[in-house]
Amino acid sequence: MIQIDISLKTYPQDHVQTNLCVLQDVHFNIKSGEFCCIVGPSGSGKTTLLNLISGLDKNLEGSILINGKAPTEGAVPGYMFQSSRLMPWLTVRENVTLVLQKGASEERVDDLLHEIGLNDFADVYPKHLSGGMRRRVALARAIITEPPLLLLDEPFLSLDASIANHLRRQLIDICERRSTTVVFVTHDLREALYLADRVLFLSSRPGKIVLDHFVEIQRPRVPEGEAVEMLKLNLLNNHPKLLSGLVEINAIDMEAIGE
Amino acid sequence: MGKALLLHQAPFGQNSGTSGVKLTTINFSPLWIRIASVVGVLAIWQISVEFVEADVLPAPYLVLRSLIYHTGDGELLLHVGVTLIRVLISFTLAMVFGVTLGIIMGRFKQWDAALDGILVLALNLPALVIIILCYLWFGLGEFAAILAVTINKFPVVVVNMREGARAVDQDLLQVSEVFRLNPRRRLFQVYLPQLYPYLLASARSGLALVWKIVLVVELLGRSDGVGFKLGIFFQFFDIASILAYSFAFIIVVMAIEYRLIVPLERRLTVWRT
Repeated sequence: MIQIDISLKTYPQDHVQTNLCVLQDVHFNIKSGEFCCIVGPSGSGKTTLLNLISGLDKNLEGSILINGKAPTEGAVPGYMFQSSRLMPWLTVRENVTLVLQKGASEERVDDLLHEIGLNDFADVYPKHLSGGMRRRVALARAIITEPPLLLLDEPFLSLDASIANHLRRQLIDICERRSTTVVFVTHDLREALYLADRVLFLSSRPGKIVLDHFVEIQRPRVPEGEAVEMLKLNLLNNHPKLLSGLVEINAIDMEAIGE
Repeated sequence: MGKALLLHQAPFGQNSGTSGVKLTTINFSPLWIRIASVVGVLAIWQISVEFVEADVLPAPYLVLRSLIYHTGDGELLLHVGVTLIRVLISFTLAMVFGVTLGIIMGRFKQWDAALDGILVLALNLPALVIIILCYLWFGLGEFAAILAVTINKFPVVVVNMREGARAVDQDLLQVSEVFRLNPRRRLFQVYLPQLYPYLLASARSGLALVWKIVLVVELLGRSDGVGFKLGIFFQFFDIASILAYSFAFIIVVMAIEYRLIVPLERRLTVWRT
């Protein structure tokens, strides 16, 4: 269980005296094994939220607790950053193996690379990969350790649709098998509704939760299927400004939406 | 002569098929260009010999003969060896301490602020001043000699490595932080590889600088080594021997460059190609 209680998260700004307020009054819990998507306009603090949960950023007013402990004290999470952040001097296989504990089975690396269609590129340096392939390597690095918590920052951005859908299916598979807790940042509402147990909508800066929606479509879902499409239309009908982050808080009857 | 050389080599060029018409479009392979430039220098040397007194500029073959003579009596190898050991020791010391301090200064602003002034001072101290002071303070011994060379090279390494440490990619360090890599992996697989280009540049320029300073140190205060011998030949006006010793040592330094540093560089930067 992740308990997020942020009363204020600010960044100091260059050349300006005042701090930039990124997140304000964000309070929610994520249950273990829950697939939680965060949707919001750019600048709403989605990445900041991931950095706080991962423990990279410890500077906030409030607290983040994972199973009752500070983020850096619990289990190591898997984090896929918005850019791939691979080590250019390590091959694909070495990049993935890098995060494994010494002595851990490295066979799994090859299996995983096979699963995401990169087995022919295991000994290639990132420089020779396309942007989409680099993202897949970064995804492999995030999930290879089978972390109990997975943080994904727009992982399927700029991948072509068929590969993205293939990877989404695999992600759901893996997470269900290991009952991984997932925090998944995206600005693609359809993607969120296809993947998530629960979607949190953030307002524009400073980010606040404007809607907390539990997706009740039965699994397995169809990525561009009717159910997802219906729900999306429904949500946008009821809250026309949802994606621009301008919805009134508390103005929503959450039970009315759904299937 | 130069033109005849070019025409003669045209058939060896890579695109010699179309080269007959326009001389300027010939693409020589780099190896041939290198050979041509060496031959050119030797030719100019030989021609110059004709115009000056034989004592002032001995012909190339006389230098070669002197080189063979000095090698034959074992002296040259001994002195080159002694100089080489001094070069390697002071080079290693300057690199180890320079890299360490450079990284510290690049990483921590307080250290940078505290030591930057001293660094600028050290960079601007003339090599000769350092050498003389070391000999005066620590006596005409091996310690003073090595110390003087090390102090000369050290600040250059610091400046170079500080630049490298400042340019380190924070995004990649965050990766090692979030996945909680152990210190060993953080250092060798995430941090240091970013500094390899700076390390290699330091090693390159370092080797070139260090051996030149070692010769001065030997000339001023040691009784063996290439610098010491050059001093003696200077007193006897023996230019052929001076050139022979110089070439012998240049060959050694070039061997280090091509047998050690270039292969190392290739290994460390495969990922860029």
